[in-house]
Amino acid sequence: MSEYGIILQFLSWTLIAGGTFFVVIGAIGTLRFPDFWPRLHAASITESGGVILLLAGLCLHAGWTLVMLKLIFIGVFLLITGPTSTHAIANAALVSGLRPKSQSVAPNKADDESS
Amino acid sequence: MIFALAGFGILLAMVLVLIRLIKGPTLYDRVLAVNSFGTHTVLLIGVVGFWNGRPDFLDIALLYALINFVGTIAVLKFFRYRAIGDVMWTPPEKDKDA
Amino acid sequence: MRLVGYAVILSSLWLLWSGIYKSLLIMFGAGSVLLVLLITIRMNRVDGDRIQIELNPLNFFGYICWLMVEIAKCNIRVTKTILTFSMPIKQKLFEVPYTQRTDLGQVIFANSITLTPGTVTVETEDGQFLVHALSYSHDDLEALADMDRRVSKIETLART
Repeated sequence: MSEYGIILQFLSWTLIAGGTFFVVIGAIGTLRFPDFWPRLHAASITESGGVILLLAGLCLHAGWTLVMLKLIFIGVFLLITGPTSTHAIANAALVSGLRPKSQSVAPNKADDESS
Repeated sequence: MIFALAGFGILLAMVLVLIRLIKGPTLYDRVLAVNSFGTHTVLLIGVVGFWNGRPDFLDIALLYALINFVGTIAVLKFFRYRAIGDVMWTPPEKDKDA
Repeated sequence: MRLVGYAVILSSLWLLWSGIYKSLLIMFGAGSVLLVLLITIRMNRVDGDRIQIELNPLNFFGYICWLMVEIAKCNIRVTKTILTFSMPIKQKLFEVPYTQRTDLGQVIFANSITLTPGTVTVETEDGQFLVHALSYSHDDLEALADMDRRVSKIETLART
């Protein structure tokens, strides 16, 4: 238990700290980006990196118990619904006519570079 | 100790997202902020549960995840069709004029 | 019988989640399982839609592991963009063709695109997705085509 437990504890602390870092970064990005479309990507950092790392850290802390199963359940659920709601928001914004700045939709010209 | 750090980090993130919710120029910025806030709530409930040594809070976290998803979809559906119940499907092109 | 399968799955889920095994609570559980089954029967009469899972579980697990590595890479890239003072954004909407044959495969591909930070699926059309990228480069198309091939590989439905 002793050595193995300490390594596990350290790993779980690292994962939780990393997850918190990504959550805060996502929030900063949501606040700082100048336009709606980049903000979408900043929020998606919270939903992928933050959620995965935080829940993995909590899983390691819980050990092989019912709590771990619940955490995995929450994680799978968030990983399925998170992208779905992001897609729903993006799709609704597109349908309502919101377009990225300095950029028009050019479906057939995916090759040309535009800055 | 690490749980306190994580909890305060998530609280900070929630405050930043709330500022975006109030400032957000368009409706979709606000919906995005609310959705992000909900994800933060789920994580915060889990972390605080571990901090107090009561992981039973995870049931409530899962409930929040469910409500957050359904709420986001319901708000978006309402602003697209102006109705939450049974609506006829119209192609997206026709919605641009509305 | 399909309903018996549903009942077993729902009861085991209830027992797993409640964790308290008193007779009153187990009776509540049985009641809610019955209610869900009744609603399922009623909804089956409206539409008989069923999800068919045509995936290779082993390949799917391998794909999830690959996706995690990809998510980590993209996270670091977008984090750099956010923390850079000038925020070098070069956003672009472009179309990505998909080759999945089942609905579930297409859902997995679209959700994978959205899950990796830096790309979001905006619109689904016949044969292609409209994707928005934060910092677009020519490598993005290559990377997404690679992901498309990997998702197509985990499907077990025979190509017609």
